[in-house]
Amino acid sequence: MQEHRHQHRQISSCRILLLAAFLIIWEVCANTEIIDSFFFSSPSRVIKEFVTLWTEQSLPIHIGITLLETIVSFILVFLISLAVATALWYSEKLSKILEPYLVLLNSLPKSALAPLFIVWLGTGINTIIIAGISVALFGSIISFYTGFSQVDSEKITLIRTLGGSKKDILTKVVLPGSIPIMLSTTKVNIGLALVGVIIGEFLAARRGLGYLIIYGSQVFQLNMLITSILLLCIIAFGLYSVLQYIEHKMRKNTSL
Amino acid sequence: MQNIIELKNIGYSYHSLHGETTALQNISFGIREGEFVAIVGPSGCGKSTLLSIIAGLLQPESGTIAVNNPDGSLHYPRVGYMLQRDHLFEWRTVYKNTILGLEINNMLTEERLSYVDQLLFDYDLDKFRNKRPSELSGGMKQRAALIRTLALDPQLLLLDEPFSALDYQTRLMVSADICHLIRNAGKTMIIITHDLSEAISLADRIIVLSARPATVQTEIPITLTLQDNSPLAARNAPEFPFYFNQLWEELTGEKRES
Repeated sequence: MQEHRHQHRQISSCRILLLAAFLIIWEVCANTEIIDSFFFSSPSRVIKEFVTLWTEQSLPIHIGITLLETIVSFILVFLISLAVATALWYSEKLSKILEPYLVLLNSLPKSALAPLFIVWLGTGINTIIIAGISVALFGSIISFYTGFSQVDSEKITLIRTLGGSKKDILTKVVLPGSIPIMLSTTKVNIGLALVGVIIGEFLAARRGLGYLIIYGSQVFQLNMLITSILLLCIIAFGLYSVLQYIEHKMRKNTSL
Repeated sequence: MQNIIELKNIGYSYHSLHGETTALQNISFGIREGEFVAIVGPSGCGKSTLLSIIAGLLQPESGTIAVNNPDGSLHYPRVGYMLQRDHLFEWRTVYKNTILGLEINNMLTEERLSYVDQLLFDYDLDKFRNKRPSELSGGMKQRAALIRTLALDPQLLLLDEPFSALDYQTRLMVSADICHLIRNAGKTMIIITHDLSEAISLADRIIVLSARPATVQTEIPITLTLQDNSPLAARNAPEFPFYFNQLWEELTGEKRES
């Protein structure tokens, strides 16, 4: 136990050291002009840029918009996947009919669709949410459905021997039994939703971190660009951690 | 005593693209209330199919399973089914597992729940009611699965090669235990098994099915002289080797040197 904790602490400190070393080397290289700080920025410039953006360019709104769009996309992806996967599970015929289309839509690079969404829906938050959904949705449906159909068939027989209907099979076995696979799918989905949202913001937004990145590159404000990218890293990590925490809690409660 | 169930000329075939396979043909037998019947037969002969038909999970293609009451009405027993493994759900507590059937049938009445409580208490599971199934031993899991089945108050219990996931020693004890509990609950039982010793030690009568298409090859009533009524003691009964040889001959068609 103690050894385990010791090892855990060692890993954490190594991680922090690695980050610190990266930031220090970056800063030193930029200041000694080993790298050109105009193109590569530096930690101190990023912090300065962050403060400027926060106070003068309403950075909180940009962050808030990107977060909002990502979370809304994520929740909609979860709900739509759950509904569609349930429908596919109910009707084997439907799942057979739709299978090639799902595979096709899943492997299609969704960034190719974003310009189409802009033409159809205009530039605005809806377009970006749709872009976020489109990236994560089809893979999510396929994972959910695979999880549903992999439920032990004897457990289904058990429900039938107890007099249960198809609805009972769904609510008593299939859904609770698929919680682990649903949780691991949602962890992938949050990252994909963020990808979709940023693609959308590249093309069709006047607010959001994706917009700041594109704007920064257009006006050659690389400090702005790199600051936005680092903020995206933090957001991605934060969202993932929240889901990790929820998964941990749920696994503990249901001991799955 | 009246039959609790009567199979008359039951027939069943599996249909596939390659044609149809007759699994069961002309199967007829009756089972009296409180009787323990074991069904043995070569593997793949359709024993499980027969059980599924009795449980109402499959419809027979021909024949009937109802009992004609003297007043002309039909009688179908309430059937409880125990599968090969306990299939307790890990996402539910032991107690929530035992009331699963009641939940499904909207029968969470005070009377039923207190019956479940009583069974949990009688079967020494009361202090484990809020534990997860994985925290129980193999035998306790089977007891919990039995409570889940008994909660719906079935008249006839079907056991499809039960306990076959357990190791041999545990299996001997658990099958003796579970069958003892079922007898005490006053239920009728049909058990499918490939273990001849188990069949002889547990059953009042053994029905031997032939190879596919399965028909009733013979029925052997079992009477053992016993000091006490436990299935483990049954294996030492003087008649035990005789029944064993008889079953062996029926199944293999060979005389066995003894």
